[in-house]
Amino acid sequence: MTNEVVIKTDKLTKQYGDFVAANQITLEVYQGEIFGFLGANGAGKTTAMRMLCGLSTPSSGSATIGGFDIYKETEQIKKNIGYMSQKFSLYEDLTVMENIRFFGGIYGVPDKDLKERMRSLIETLGLKSEADKLVGSLPLGWKQKLAFSVAIFHEPKIVFLDEPTGGVDPVTRRQFWDLIYDASDKGITIFVTTHYMDEAEYCNRVTMMVDGYIKALDTPYKLKQQFSADSMDDVFYELARNAKRREDQL
Amino acid sequence: MDVVLKNIVKTYNKGKVKAVSDVSFSVEKGELFGLIGPDGAGKTTIFRILATLLLPDEGTASVNGHDAVNDYKEIRKRIGYMPGKFSLYQDLSVEENLNFFATLFNTSIEENYELIRDIYTQIEPFKTRRAGKLSGGMKQKLALCCALIRSPSLLLLDEPTTGVDTVSRKEFWEMLKGLKEQHITILVSTPYMDEATLCDRIALIQDGEILSINSPRKIINQFPDQLYAVKSQKMSRLLADLRQSSTISSCNSFGEYHHITLHQGNTFEMQKKLINEMEHLGHTQIEIKSIAPTIEDCFIKLMS
Repeated sequence: MTNEVVIKTDKLTKQYGDFVAANQITLEVYQGEIFGFLGANGAGKTTAMRMLCGLSTPSSGSATIGGFDIYKETEQIKKNIGYMSQKFSLYEDLTVMENIRFFGGIYGVPDKDLKERMRSLIETLGLKSEADKLVGSLPLGWKQKLAFSVAIFHEPKIVFLDEPTGGVDPVTRRQFWDLIYDASDKGITIFVTTHYMDEAEYCNRVTMMVDGYIKALDTPYKLKQQFSADSMDDVFYELARNAKRREDQL
Repeated sequence: MDVVLKNIVKTYNKGKVKAVSDVSFSVEKGELFGLIGPDGAGKTTIFRILATLLLPDEGTASVNGHDAVNDYKEIRKRIGYMPGKFSLYQDLSVEENLNFFATLFNTSIEENYELIRDIYTQIEPFKTRRAGKLSGGMKQKLALCCALIRSPSLLLLDEPTTGVDTVSRKEFWEMLKGLKEQHITILVSTPYMDEATLCDRIALIQDGEILSINSPRKIINQFPDQLYAVKSQKMSRLLADLRQSSTISSCNSFGEYHHITLHQGNTFEMQKKLINEMEHLGHTQIEIKSIAPTIEDCFIKLMS
């Protein structure tokens, strides 16, 4: 992790009519940092993430992502980030190789590099004998590991992970985090949401959204101190249990 | 026994994909029984067989003594089924959905109100809202009410807490405790290992096979080794270093700590040796303590 700021937001807000989905989000994320983005259902995480990915225009506030302006340079933002979620990551009816080539092409990996990088990725993942199999036939854990590798295949500055390990078995879930650590060591910033509170402990810093606001932002250690809690689960519970939006919005 | 499965086998794609292989277990009357395992373990297949929506390739399943294949109509009269995917009518209101399911099973909201009261009062303020417009936690409560309103003897809950936040998850398990007091037999599945301890008994399941069936306490007691929690200043490097160490038999990250088991021998000596080794590698503030395993530790052990 370095001191270079790769995500910087200042009072970033998204409003739908009277409803303020994300309210004055101000934060800085560093290069190579593993940044945990937590919150109750309906807290505004998805809204905030969509703005940071350049997919949704903020109502007010400012932000730069990888140095690019969130209003004017959304296309550059998209080229410099990777994204994967639990729900959508790869095309099930394309093979492993076809998926890598497809996403490599979309993210503008130069043709001359493509072949060599595909080969090296397949080798690193140990998927040589599966390279020509349909992604739909792979076990979920492999799919998620492949999806993550594809999301960082174009060597983005930042990768956004939306519940990447949901439903994954406990062994593969840990292997997935090994991949996250590797990417972070290479200087890629990881912006990750999760429902597993042990995974919150693996983040350098964690933020908690409640009712559209950022209610806490610090290292897991300091958050536990601040809330006199034994675990991140207790911190989460303490912050989220009085949320107003959980039961009547979204 | 309220639910009995004997040697159930189910494959898909003409035998190419094995979803469930030779699964047997039974659930007692009034028991809260958990099927614990990741996606693709075969949990939903088992639920669909018990809900008489799917025929097993081999083996038998019964509910209240009724065979899931031959007496499927009898079973359908007795079960409340909450599928993993939200399956209520999105364009009907909360109240309309509940009314619909009550009417479908020849009863009324009034007749069985006692059963759902504690849960329904939480969503009642929104009873005119369309189901499709509810939050995740509320959808789940409504789905549970709709499964309960026909007063079932068996509740089948397929991953009711997937995708909902930890506060809603805690509330949901509180509700299940309440239902248990009303002597309803409950079979519930979850990929969250920490929820296992809230069940009377659990089956740990992976790749269509059951790894272990017992009470959570007994599964934990069966963990064969002494488990230790270790931490130091730099956790990701500690993980790599521990994995390289000859003193370590297994090592997994568990949030704030790494959980390890040591090779046999004098464990105090081994601990000291390990601390020396890690200090030598430059780790500081090393902490090591013996701990009781969690269900997740047991699951990982059984997978290996």
